[in-house]
Amino acid sequence: MKKISRNHILTFAFLLVFIVLLILAQSFLNPYYKRILNLCAIYSIFAVTFNLVFGYTGQFSLGHAGFAAIGAYISALLTLSPEQKAVNFFLQPILPVLENLQLPFFPTLIISGLGAALVGALIAWPALRLRGDYLAIATLGFSEIIRVLLVNMQRVTNGALGLKGIPGHTNLLWSWGWLIVCLFVTKRLVDSSYGRAMKAVRDDEVAAEALGVNLFKHKMMAFLVSCFFVGVAGGLLANLISTIDPKVFQFFLAYQIVGITVMGGMGSLTGSVIAACLYTIFLEALRPIESQFTIGSLTIPGIPGMRMVLFSIILLLVILFYRKGLMGNSEFTWDGLINFFNKRKKKPTGYSSGGTQS
Amino acid sequence: MTILLKLEAVTKRFGGLTAVNKFSTEIHAGELCALIGPNGSGKTTIFNVITGIYTPTEGQVLLGGEDVSGKRPDLITGMGIARTFQNIRLFKGLNVLENVIVGKHLRLQSDPLSSVLHLPKYQNEEKEMREQGLVLLESLGLDHFAYDEPTSLPYGQQRKLEIARALATNPRLLLLDEPAAGMSPTDAEGLMKFILHILDYFDLTIFLIEHQMRVVMGICPRIIVIDHGEKIAEGSPEMIQNDQHVIEAYLGVSDHA
Repeated sequence: MKKISRNHILTFAFLLVFIVLLILAQSFLNPYYKRILNLCAIYSIFAVTFNLVFGYTGQFSLGHAGFAAIGAYISALLTLSPEQKAVNFFLQPILPVLENLQLPFFPTLIISGLGAALVGALIAWPALRLRGDYLAIATLGFSEIIRVLLVNMQRVTNGALGLKGIPGHTNLLWSWGWLIVCLFVTKRLVDSSYGRAMKAVRDDEVAAEALGVNLFKHKMMAFLVSCFFVGVAGGLLANLISTIDPKVFQFFLAYQIVGITVMGGMGSLTGSVIAACLYTIFLEALRPIESQFTIGSLTIPGIPGMRMVLFSIILLLVILFYRKGLMGNSEFTWDGLINFFNKRKKKPTGYSSGGTQS
Repeated sequence: MTILLKLEAVTKRFGGLTAVNKFSTEIHAGELCALIGPNGSGKTTIFNVITGIYTPTEGQVLLGGEDVSGKRPDLITGMGIARTFQNIRLFKGLNVLENVIVGKHLRLQSDPLSSVLHLPKYQNEEKEMREQGLVLLESLGLDHFAYDEPTSLPYGQQRKLEIARALATNPRLLLLDEPAAGMSPTDAEGLMKFILHILDYFDLTIFLIEHQMRVVMGICPRIIVIDHGEKIAEGSPEMIQNDQHVIEAYLGVSDHA
């Protein structure tokens, strides 16, 4: 009991310090770094939710890009001012219903999440009856359908022109705050009896069903929770980058998310967050290699997309040498950290290597 | 004796192949009954029909008078039929205790939201599930493995764990699909004693499949024999051993060209 309360205090203190740091960062950091940190949180939400569906429930869904698009467009349409909408929709007028609709950011994000979850439910109804590769193909197809719809629903989405001038509501507190909520819900869910049932479905569907686990219900639950947070993250993304068009949500985004989650470790939420942050920061740090640079007498012309080549190589290396990703399926825990330091101080025999349960 | 499970002219066809043909039998409450037959005779198909993995093409499966044929497997489990599998199907990502309490999940009252929020009701239920799981493991002699990975257990213990997991669902009827598969004769004998023990201890009805006749001869008072999806004999071990059809099915018929 004492141990649990110690961990709670540590977590609480950590959160407090973290929030203070966020507030400080928000007021003092330059916009470029703030943007990177915001993206870290958004990609973390993507990775954590993908982990819930694939790492914990075993359903390989590639629909993340589509759900993020839904969240982003809902959020954009609900936060754009009527004047901005008039500026955006110069080819064809916007649907009258949407013309003067404007909401504060929080309800907007909730609606973004619910909207994505609602569409998720409609997709999942037939798609979750499929297994493995078929589910991946179906959700990938869905993602493309969403993109095509976005291009063609001119009066709602402004088509290929996209939406510009979305107010930049997203700040570090919003993005990291939602990540914390997402982590809390996901962690509690996967550790609950429902989460055990999800893991059972992942490990062996036939056996899980024979033990009384309703397969469809548990897959659906993981899927919907995931869709909701992806929708919210999409909304955060729209209000961060302030310009969205259908190209932002190409299936490439879904592959990135899969890559991040694999790097972090299937079934490790902290792994997902670490990998998402590393990925986002590296991608920015590696920007110089896309412009022209010189090694000795050799001049390499700027090749757009070089970063992705490097990313692929890193992903390959991770898969070759860390097959289970950075964290495998264990989590960062206070017990693990304390044990780690204790072991360093005096190398005794009695300590087991880092607890995996908090 | 009351009839717990009744199969009425159950037929299962896969395209042109008739895996089970008009199979009828009754399992009485509290009995230990074995289903034997050569390879590919349709034993596991019968289990899959009873547990809802397959819907019978024709015929009915009645549990305590209630028709369960074609119901979803998890609902049938909820009604009191639990099973194990021929090839061990433990959840590799869960520890031994968690493997067992997955079987308790279907009796969980709390909804997902109160589970996520750790409301007192859920916490009590979770605690209760863990306690019951430990008691169950203890009664089967598996408690010292409770926090180990299931794959680290010796083969025989993994088989027992599968049975423990099935028992966690509080079944009335337990179906065991070749529980002694891959075991040495001595181990198989030990397992059969274990099965007799749980039959008594948990007040169960057990219907088991066995490929080797010898294993069940000693302990099952009643044996059903099938071949090519059809029941060819039913009765006490002595009757089965001397039945002409059974001998033919197992040893083949002397065929003079």
